[in-house]
Amino acid sequence: MSVAVEPRAGEELGLRDDGTLGRRARSERRWSALTLWTGVGIMAGIVFMSLAAPLLGFEDPNRQDLAQVLKPPSLDHPFGTDSVGRDIFTRVLYGGRIDLLFGVVTTYVPLVLGVALGAIAGYRGGWLDTVVNRLVDTVIAFPFIVLVLAIVAIFGPGLTGAYIGVFVVGWALYARLTRGEMLVMREREFILAAQTLGYPTWRIVFVHALPNVLRPSIVFSMADIVLNILLLSALSYLGLGVSPPTPEWGALVAEGQSVLLTSWWVATLPGLVIVLVGIGLSLIGDGIADRMGRDFKLTA
Amino acid sequence: MNATTTVAEPLLDVRGLTVGFPTRSGLLLAAHDVSFSIRTGRTLGLVGESGCGKSVTLRALLGLVPYPGAILSGAVGWLGRDLRTASEKELRDVRGAEISMVFQDPSSSLNPVFSIGDQLGETLRVRLGMRRREARARAVELLERVGIPSARRRLASYPHQLSGGMRQRVMIALAIASRPKLLLADEPTTALDVTIQEQILVLLRDVQAETGMAIVLVSHDLGVIAEACDEVSVMYAGRLLEQGPAGAVLRWAMHPYTRGLVAAVPPLHPAGANGAVPIAGQPPNLLELPPGCPFAPRCPYATEACAAVPMTLEGPTPHHRSACPFVGQEAR
Amino acid sequence: MISYVLRRALQATPVLIGITLAAFILIHLVPGDPARIILGTRSSPEALATLRDQLGLNDPLPRQYLDFLTGAIRLDFGDSLVKRAPVASLLGQRVGVTALLMTYAVLIAVAIAVPLAVLSAVRRNRLVDHVIRLFSMVTFAMPPFWLGLLLILLFSLQLGLLPTSGYGEGFLDHLKSLTLPAVTIGVYLAPILLRTLRSSIIETLGAEFVEAARARGLSESRVVFRHVLRNSMIATVTILSLNVGFLLSGIVIVENVFALPGLGTELVSAIVARDFPVIQALTLVFGVAVILINLTTDLAYAALDPRVRL
Repeated sequence: MSVAVEPRAGEELGLRDDGTLGRRARSERRWSALTLWTGVGIMAGIVFMSLAAPLLGFEDPNRQDLAQVLKPPSLDHPFGTDSVGRDIFTRVLYGGRIDLLFGVVTTYVPLVLGVALGAIAGYRGGWLDTVVNRLVDTVIAFPFIVLVLAIVAIFGPGLTGAYIGVFVVGWALYARLTRGEMLVMREREFILAAQTLGYPTWRIVFVHALPNVLRPSIVFSMADIVLNILLLSALSYLGLGVSPPTPEWGALVAEGQSVLLTSWWVATLPGLVIVLVGIGLSLIGDGIADRMGRDFKLTA
Repeated sequence: MNATTTVAEPLLDVRGLTVGFPTRSGLLLAAHDVSFSIRTGRTLGLVGESGCGKSVTLRALLGLVPYPGAILSGAVGWLGRDLRTASEKELRDVRGAEISMVFQDPSSSLNPVFSIGDQLGETLRVRLGMRRREARARAVELLERVGIPSARRRLASYPHQLSGGMRQRVMIALAIASRPKLLLADEPTTALDVTIQEQILVLLRDVQAETGMAIVLVSHDLGVIAEACDEVSVMYAGRLLEQGPAGAVLRWAMHPYTRGLVAAVPPLHPAGANGAVPIAGQPPNLLELPPGCPFAPRCPYATEACAAVPMTLEGPTPHHRSACPFVGQEAR
Repeated sequence: MISYVLRRALQATPVLIGITLAAFILIHLVPGDPARIILGTRSSPEALATLRDQLGLNDPLPRQYLDFLTGAIRLDFGDSLVKRAPVASLLGQRVGVTALLMTYAVLIAVAIAVPLAVLSAVRRNRLVDHVIRLFSMVTFAMPPFWLGLLLILLFSLQLGLLPTSGYGEGFLDHLKSLTLPAVTIGVYLAPILLRTLRSSIIETLGAEFVEAARARGLSESRVVFRHVLRNSMIATVTILSLNVGFLLSGIVIVENVFALPGLGTELVSAIVARDFPVIQALTLVFGVAVILINLTTDLAYAALDPRVRL
């Protein structure tokens, strides 16, 4: 981006502080890009290693080796071994597949549903809006884990129950965010123009209004992935998520609780991976939010 | 007083003020080489469209340019010193005491969770060192001075309980509490009804007559400028285009932009006069200004020579000057 | 003021009804026969019939809902299938534990978040701000059960300062037992609070009345601590209220980590045992608690903000 004022004009005016101002703005922009790409790098690394685990030589996460019980981290076992001699690093890698898939699916499927519902309800108004609103209010009223647990109670513990649980609960916030944006958007002139041109409702909602209305939902979805992964790991920690011996990060932490004092690595390191994933996703989320337009206000 | 000092020294002498904001697309100059001065008891108007830099200029005088903007060059001469080089502490001493400011929207320039009495009292006690009882009495006095009925009871009211006009009066009361030498008024009447506007202007003129306070009045409304100001400076895209006595500038405008502004005001009696003629073109994009005169894209008299205009103010008399060397420079 | 209260209560009613419906319907959504699922596939037909009768499953659905509703109002949720005692009395003692933990945790969260938010906002985009935002990001990513274990490892097992689990006898003991859990939840809640509060303070700092206050020559610390913070306190209360659900979710998890005798541990054990009367009662209690807390906060908000009050 070139500066609008030619450097020569700046000199004429004696713009001594131009350097400082320009430096500050440039460094802010660089910082923002750095955080975004760090996040992408972290996530890409973790996803790659999880998916390519067998190719990298990490074969069976459930292979027990009773001669190698509760060994601390070493070159052979980067995260150490657990109480039946399984390599924890391998278990973490394979657990990644479960957690990351869960995070993505349970965020973006409800996002699509919630956004669609919220957009239509916000645009149409009337009884549809009222019904959707009440439904959203009711769902959001519960602490999310309580509802998810209740659904797990219905369908039984296990990954299926967890998936269903988050689907039932997860769409509501996106519906609310989208509805809010839509209420503002439908008064905008280009929407009114489309209406006067006689476009069908679905076209106005999905082609014209939607791209503008999606922004808060996209920004929130990054945080949502983190929350959903935390949810699954919490469920598994409580024994209500995946069933043993499936490696899942939360379950791995639970496995380490009984040997916490003697073998800290069993519980601590899988949790650290969750934190790392959370940081990576948050960095990406912040970077996206930044890109999507943060203009400061100018006084006239 | 001997003959050589018949013309009083200016209170405020702004020279070459330039304020810039770094943006993603480059450096934006909200005010570019702005100069003006004002003497005791006079009112100077800064007029221009929204975004022309008049409000930023006002804030720059008190060192209140919002982040991430900054004053890039120039001097703000005040009673012999340069406020631009003053420390934050020195600036704070000046604010609210020697120079006060009144803002455009009284509903957002008063803290909504504190009562009128609290806010007035704060200034009186913290800035002027009054004791509680003294401050309370003075607060009532001030409210009465600015024309608020039942002043004593009003002390307990909250801003949202007052009408727009009354809130603006409270703002003025806050501003004049310390008997400042200069009042900066940023669009003080824009957010108010037309009938109330008149009252506020009268109030300001009143206070000025009583205390000799100078006023810099920013507005985009030519009517307000015509009524309230002695001198006027016309701004466009951060630049000063014309400067002079209010009557002269508005009646015998030199710069094509000023002429355009005057012509764009709808006349009260359509019969017999030309209708309002709006200025052609779009408001300027401050990040993509042409070289030379920023008004050239919309100017009916523009030529290629406009790109080389030095943008200094010249005129047949030192009092009424314009930045356009081609149009309007005939001696009167 | 009274009309405001009534209006808010009225607005909350459909949601309250929705909550009761949701809690009620749980047992009916179980695929297959709920009685069989609870008792197991090997149980006798007589046992199944008795259970169905006990749970009222033979009545028409609207009748069941009405019974559920009237029972709930009387705080009669039936008997626990596992412990064979009235659900209400089982939950009664546990409510106190959860409530105390919640209060303690909120205090810690506020104590962490408010000073950091002010510092972060006032020194926006400087090093301090970046460090605080990094801290916020890291703590947001921490699973509460993991953090709890870490704190146990450090403070209980290695340093021996605080108990690893349980509740103890007497109020002082209770506080000691609740400290690590409260810190865990406080750290869990703090980043949410911090992020929104920081935005609110930054926005308020740019408000015109703040600019006007500065233009009157008031010192920056006065402007921040009196003008800005007062407005942002109101924002804090609102943010806490909006995130009660988040807070309670954390409490459910952390209670289990520390084996506290609260509603959270009861919920999890009920789920494992498919003890539906307890599950339904707890779902209802949690949902209603959120609504009630929101309502209370609304009223507190009205009391704090003169614009709403008058």
